[in-house]
Amino acid sequence: MNRRFGYGTVLSWARANASRWGLVVSFFLVCAFSADAARIGELEDTQFWEQAWRFVSLRDDVVRTALLGAVFLGISCGLLGSFIVVRKLSLFGDTLSHAVLPGVAIGYLVAGQKDPLAIFVGATVAGVLGTVMVNLIKKTTHIKEDSSLGMVLAGFYGVGIVLMNRIQKLPTGTQSGIDKFLFGQAAALSPTEVWMIAGVAIAAVLLVWGFYRQFLLGSFDVGFARALGLPAGVFHYVLMMLLAFTVVVSLQAVGAVLVSAMLVIPAASAYLLTDRMHRMLILASAFGVISGVLGAFFSFLGNSLPTGPLMVLAASTVFTLSFLFSPRHGLVSRWRKHRSREKRIQNENTLKAIYQVREASEFAGEGVKLSDLASRMRESEEETRARVEQLGAIGMCDLKEIEDEWFAFLNPDGWLRACAVVRNHRLWELYLTNQAEYEPDHVHDDAEVIEHVLGEETVRQLERLLDYPAEDPHGKLIPSLADLQRSLTREPREGRSSGYRMPNQ
Amino acid sequence: MDIWSHLIPEFSFEQVFVEPWTDLFDPFIWIFLMGLFVTAACGFLGTFIVWRRMALVGDAISHSVLPGLVIAFLLSQSRDTVPMFLGAVGAGVLTTGLIEVIHQKSRLKTDAALGIVFTTLFAIGVVLVSIYGDNVDLDTDCVLYGEIEHVTLEPLISVFGWFEAPGSVIRMGVVALLVISLVMLFYRPLVVSSFDPGLARSMGMNPALIHHALMSLLAIVVVSSFEAVGAVLVIAMLIFPGTTASLLSDRLPIILGLTLVIALIGAFLGMHVALWLDISTAGAISTVIFGMFLLAWALAPRRGLLWRAFR
Repeated sequence: MNRRFGYGTVLSWARANASRWGLVVSFFLVCAFSADAARIGELEDTQFWEQAWRFVSLRDDVVRTALLGAVFLGISCGLLGSFIVVRKLSLFGDTLSHAVLPGVAIGYLVAGQKDPLAIFVGATVAGVLGTVMVNLIKKTTHIKEDSSLGMVLAGFYGVGIVLMNRIQKLPTGTQSGIDKFLFGQAAALSPTEVWMIAGVAIAAVLLVWGFYRQFLLGSFDVGFARALGLPAGVFHYVLMMLLAFTVVVSLQAVGAVLVSAMLVIPAASAYLLTDRMHRMLILASAFGVISGVLGAFFSFLGNSLPTGPLMVLAASTVFTLSFLFSPRHGLVSRWRKHRSREKRIQNENTLKAIYQVREASEFAGEGVKLSDLASRMRESEEETRARVEQLGAIGMCDLKEIEDEWFAFLNPDGWLRACAVVRNHRLWELYLTNQAEYEPDHVHDDAEVIEHVLGEETVRQLERLLDYPAEDPHGKLIPSLADLQRSLTREPREGRSSGYRMPNQ
Repeated sequence: MDIWSHLIPEFSFEQVFVEPWTDLFDPFIWIFLMGLFVTAACGFLGTFIVWRRMALVGDAISHSVLPGLVIAFLLSQSRDTVPMFLGAVGAGVLTTGLIEVIHQKSRLKTDAALGIVFTTLFAIGVVLVSIYGDNVDLDTDCVLYGEIEHVTLEPLISVFGWFEAPGSVIRMGVVALLVISLVMLFYRPLVVSSFDPGLARSMGMNPALIHHALMSLLAIVVVSSFEAVGAVLVIAMLIFPGTTASLLSDRLPIILGLTLVIALIGAFLGMHVALWLDISTAGAISTVIFGMFLLAWALAPRRGLLWRAFR
């Protein structure tokens, strides 16, 4: 019972040491692991660069075939992957890719050799059977969808493994190359297989292009599609068939275990970058192509390391980048936006506090004593000072020392902003008490939040709604819009009703 | 046609069914026990996993365990249980963590996050195995369908002087016992929180805690089964016994009992089929339990397709 199957050959591929280290180094560079950088000295440059040059110069037929396969595969995976990602069917790809395995084995057995067409037919039949079985299990039993996906995945895969084991026990089995279907080997692609990949990719592109609206509606709003008289069911099945074809033709290059990753990951990266479906389709295809080519490249460098995992890693690198740096949905940009919002709110709160201190002294004098401000904000003078300096940095106020006391003087811009914030706050409080019938002592916290986000339109609307009020529910004056606008023209402001004076005028 | 005649080897009852229990009892009993323990532990726990719609989380964990194992081996340069286990559990925790992060910090849904995380980790694992394959002593066979048969190569370890068994069989036996006894011990909270988390909370239980405990237990079972059945076939062991049993009965205690029976039949038939066809035992076991599911699906009383067709 102590057996080792042909998979041992998976290991024996990786034996040529020099280029192996070359691969390790470049692989880790790409994945931003720098732990192995110390080993760069062991790298035998010549062979590594020679191999890289062989790839880039496209001298060999093998390279050209592999590259062409990777490009077309990237296109169809990205295109169809986009649909399964937006339709929340990501794991369906996983099931499909495992379920085709027995079909591959039976195709091989029927043809008696590794005949691409027979394998294609066998795998497609197995894929369709798997799909039908998932639906049947869901319909006829109480078993949930995720379990039925898992059952078809594991059950078919188990049968596939048994058949593959048997094939490798056949007299011709060890040279069958059928083991490459598990992790993929782009270099083992035959021209026929590349033509099949290209055919599926072109069919996918043409169908999606020609029936874009139908696919779109079928993906996002089946009910609406039906109401328009579109056969949504037909497009669903067309999509599923295309998906099955893509998985089947990708097997040789990516391998059954990881095809689903090529479907999901480029599409998910594109999903984070754009909100428009057509851009997502283009981006996902581009990412698919990039990952495919990089995977084929590294696999070639590494003396026939399995291609599938390397493609997946390239795709995941793209995903990580888009997850972090996507302009709108990226982690870093969102964190930045969050930081700048926090800063703005902090500044506005300081401005408001300055206004309130001035208001408490009935707007006498122009400057605000830092110590008064600190006690108003209930913090130490150093903290307050830091806040005021922050305001100074954006040109909203000046900090001056007069007779051993520090004073903050608002500039016109700062004063305007301060009035606007206070105005938002008080208008909202009034709105809540008058229109929403809150108790006057319950409105402050709510207004504290909303004052930073009210837009000009909303403020105008509030004002109209409240009939241009002068006082908030606590009897304090609301700086009026007219005052704000007038202050922009820098007119002298004497004898106005709202009772504040512009500083520095 | 030449191929087909080679495909199914000659069947000899003597060699397939008698010898393992007589002359060759010593190696084969360990294969049988290992298969039984793995299937029983997975199936017993899997019943709950399936109910809680976590079936594919098991899939994800079983794939991402691979890089954990390889990195643990490369760091510790040994195949001791402790570093291997730590690496694998670390990878499991990392998987669930990353899925959460991607799900919460971006607009991708859980299924896409799951599909991204486990395939990436698995790819890292496969690349590491391919590069360091010679010294890791973990090869792609093992990843794809496990190597239950390797237990026969292990030295026997004596357990308190009572009996001698290979280390991995003892380990898996302990895990299986642990799973079964923990599930029995916390049966009520487990059942209530699986079916009605709200009710569980009102009864003073902590569904979140139970969820995490179940996840940890799942990680432990998957990790210990990994070497025996590989990354993909674990799902078969996790899902099939529970779903098959639930086609046959409505009562949970009976379902749990049935999973053990299914595990027993699966391990027994699987071992013999594997011996007959000279194939991977794990593949054979999963095919047998898949077949048992198909039978139950077609013929189960009340739930089966046949019954429904003639009612």
